Amino acid sequence: MLQDAIALVLKKSKVKKEAIDLYYGGDLNNQLATTYYLAPFLKRPTIGLYGACSTLALAIIQASLMIENHVINQAISFTASHNATAERQFRYPNEYGIQRRETMTFTGTGAVAVHLGLKPSKIKITAVTLGKVVDYMQDDPNDMPRAMAPAAYDTYKQHMKDLHRQGIDYDLILTGDLSQAGKSIFEDMLNEEHLHYKYYDDCGCLLYDKKQAVNQGGSGPVCSGLVTFGYIYQKMLAGKYRRVLLLATGALLNPVMVNQKLTIPCVCHGFVLEVAS
Amino acid sequence: MNIEKYNKVANSHQPQKHILNHTLMAFFSGGIIGIIGELILCFYQYIFDISLKEATPLMIITMVLIASILTGLGIYDRLGAKCGAGTFIPITGFANAMTSSAMEGKSEGLVTGIGANIFKLGGCVIMFGIVSSFILGGIRYIIGYFW
Repeated sequence: MLQDAIALVLKKSKVKKEAIDLYYGGDLNNQLATTYYLAPFLKRPTIGLYGACSTLALAIIQASLMIENHVINQAISFTASHNATAERQFRYPNEYGIQRRETMTFTGTGAVAVHLGLKPSKIKITAVTLGKVVDYMQDDPNDMPRAMAPAAYDTYKQHMKDLHRQGIDYDLILTGDLSQAGKSIFEDMLNEEHLHYKYYDDCGCLLYDKKQAVNQGGSGPVCSGLVTFGYIYQKMLAGKYRRVLLLATGALLNPVMVNQKLTIPCVCHGFVLEVAS
Repeated sequence: MNIEKYNKVANSHQPQKHILNHTLMAFFSGGIIGIIGELILCFYQYIFDISLKEATPLMIITMVLIASILTGLGIYDRLGAKCGAGTFIPITGFANAMTSSAMEGKSEGLVTGIGANIFKLGGCVIMFGIVSSFILGGIRYIIGYFW
């Protein structure tokens, strides 16, 4: 799936495989299995990153910083996740008949590859904010939205402070995979501080239809990528949005650590997509 | 925002729990599984002309077989998502835990995969089952000694 995604992005941006200087990628499996087992086929230097569900944003930020400083010319950031492998990694066997809690999210199945380069294109990355890892003492691995919302809030405030901007400067603010419950918590946190914004939505809520049985919504590293680069990107090209802030949240959960009664640290990385004028 | 304040905000957005719905589903689905078991039990007693004591293990084996086949076909986890404790508590839930773990380990080989993983979820049931039956058996023995 990831191979297909990379082949497609190369075809779409009309560049050869050999022209890419560096690949940044990551996934949810132990030892970044998907990324590094794909790497031999890429035949270029590959850096694996782990940021849980914020992996894609982390990879894009790293690549754009390298390109900005003229270290490299072109890079591809990619990520993939599969519901079955994620369930197996973090929860129970796939065929295990257990009732899913109402607070749980559903890891999306998909692969995303993004080509970044020095050559100006219609949409560019204008600002990035790397988030701090925050821990709000949440210890329920079945309620990730609740653990991740403070991380999104922290990065949001940092981003606005750094750039001297306000929420209303953005046509759309997106969070990665806070899903239904996390979305309303995040909205409440912003309202409490009287931080205004034009339009806010969450990729986890957008990825799946309400009729699909996914409880709170989608999650996983591909969630933010599929929605942003599959759906919002097209809307930006069509001129609906001019400036979009994506806050990709990630719960840096380790099942063993949670069983040892430790809490879940969370992180959120943000970047701004803007239509080139 | 501090942690106490955050917890207050987060608690106000907890998704609704469907306790009544889940309880009723569990009650009826568990009951249906029980009825199926009872029917199989009567069937064996009638067909093979054997006592209740002899027919019970046969019924349990049949139920475990049915649950394992349904797990393999990918039906049992869908039933489990709807019925909850109704399919989780009977012996069929234990069969499902074993079969699903074994299926997961299949790709890693016979010994390190299936052999090592089959009791991943079922192991704790057996472990605490033995411990609790030891304790209860001891209590029963002591009470019986004085009574």
